[in-house]
Amino acid sequence: MSVEIKKLTHIYSQGTPFEFQALKDIDITIEDGSFVGIIGHTGSGKSTLIQHLNGLLVPTSGTVVVDGLDIFAGKKSDLIQLRHRIGLVFQYPEHQLFEETVYKDVAFGPKNQGLSAAEVDQRVRKSIKMVGLDYDEVKDKSPFELSGGQMRRVAIAGVLAMEPSVLILDEPTAGLDPRGRDEILAQIKTMHQKNKNTVILVSHSMEDIGKLVEKILVMNEGEIVYYDTPNRVFTEIETLEKIGLAVPEVTYLMGKLKKKFPEIREDIFTVEAAKNEILRVIRG
Amino acid sequence: MLKDVTIGQYYPTGSIIHKLDPRTKILFTTAFVVILFFINNLWGYLAVFGLLAIIILMSKIPVGYILRGIKGLVLIILLTVILNLFMTPGTIIASIGPFNITMEGAKIATFMALRLIFLVIGTSVMTLTTSPIDLTDGMEWSMRFIPFVRRFAHELAMMMSIALRFIPTLMEETDRIMKAQKARGANFETGNIISRAKNLIPILVPLFISAFRRADELATAMEARCYRGGENRTRMKQLVFAGRDVAAFVVMFVMVVGLLATTMINIPLLFPV
Repeated sequence: MSVEIKKLTHIYSQGTPFEFQALKDIDITIEDGSFVGIIGHTGSGKSTLIQHLNGLLVPTSGTVVVDGLDIFAGKKSDLIQLRHRIGLVFQYPEHQLFEETVYKDVAFGPKNQGLSAAEVDQRVRKSIKMVGLDYDEVKDKSPFELSGGQMRRVAIAGVLAMEPSVLILDEPTAGLDPRGRDEILAQIKTMHQKNKNTVILVSHSMEDIGKLVEKILVMNEGEIVYYDTPNRVFTEIETLEKIGLAVPEVTYLMGKLKKKFPEIREDIFTVEAAKNEILRVIRG
Repeated sequence: MLKDVTIGQYYPTGSIIHKLDPRTKILFTTAFVVILFFINNLWGYLAVFGLLAIIILMSKIPVGYILRGIKGLVLIILLTVILNLFMTPGTIIASIGPFNITMEGAKIATFMALRLIFLVIGTSVMTLTTSPIDLTDGMEWSMRFIPFVRRFAHELAMMMSIALRFIPTLMEETDRIMKAQKARGANFETGNIISRAKNLIPILVPLFISAFRRADELATAMEARCYRGGENRTRMKQLVFAGRDVAAFVVMFVMVVGLLATTMINIPLLFPV
């Protein structure tokens, strides 16, 4: 599904002294089947933006068009239907777990979709496996006796089980150890390649974004700064630093190397690519 | 829905009312609440209305924002009015089916409604114009005058301030959890009462867990900073009465005397004396 964001503006607590404009005239299109990363400083409007995509927040002005349909023009029941197709994993999603067992919690979403018991069962098994947990081991456990990282995986599985065509993840790896982070991101990437679904990933980590996404949306104070491929965005080091962001460490390294080896390329943001480029230059 | 709760919220405008010493505001509000129950005719309520209007204007808080606080009480006020209207014996002035409305009932119903409304507005003006920290300091000071409570004044004030502090936090948390469950296809908008009540489980369970987690974290954070109650505790900011507080006390005195004086008025207004 393609998602078009049209002249979207959102103002919190309008008409009180706490009034705050979180989004200013956002205008972008996210193509079907793409993998988009959203980066921005705290308070830049990332979370506000993604909550509009499945109609959890209603814009002050402007709208969101999904597959040619204006999502705020229809009825409330249409919005509930829409949320079955646009999955949103919130920040710290483990705080939303509530059921007695992991199985029941993951089944909450598919059950709300009105699927048959057999189909729910199959989806639960599949999504628990997808997040790298052992189905037989965790299915009857209470989600509250798991470790933080496992709870996070269960919560993500709860959204994956709905098999959304657009999957939005708000900092899914915040507070996880490096191994857990890499595993979860790798699973998201594999799933994206297999199912060809649209994925929108909000993250603070330039390394993660550089490794995974096809396009980066850079936000600052509720406005779009860049919406382009990582190659192009990560060459704008100065502007990124000005708005409190940075490029991956390895890109800085390549910049320094360039002073010694003028022929080396700078638009590199993964360790793997850097290795190949350095070897290429050394071997001449 | 959640936006309507204004009790315990602080609305900064920097007005002279905001700058008053919290102790002045607490004493003023206490006097106001007590005197409200002595008023026995509409002249008095008219005076209260005028006084509140002036204070609200001075506080620069939008009237609509204050009135929103009453919304949550509409049901209670309505219930009070209806019960008093039909259940009070006296001279019958109208009857609907088997129910009779009496003159006395109409009077009590009106007075009760006015009392409740002014009570809520008066106290919410205090909380809206006083920051939670000031309010607690003021409370702690005032509680020193109540026997038995005096010993726990600090602890009680601390508990109160924590409770006030966490109202918006828990509200935000509720909103977040509701959104997260909505994103998983939960439906809170339609269905009958039983299914709606059942739908609350996915909100209440995470909310309770998070409330306990927050309480636990807060306790740890306070202990880590060597908090051990009010004993020998000194303050960085001492409360001092200023000229405007003296003026407020004069107004308070005039209010008490004036409102007590209205109870002597013998001219009937709407209801017989």
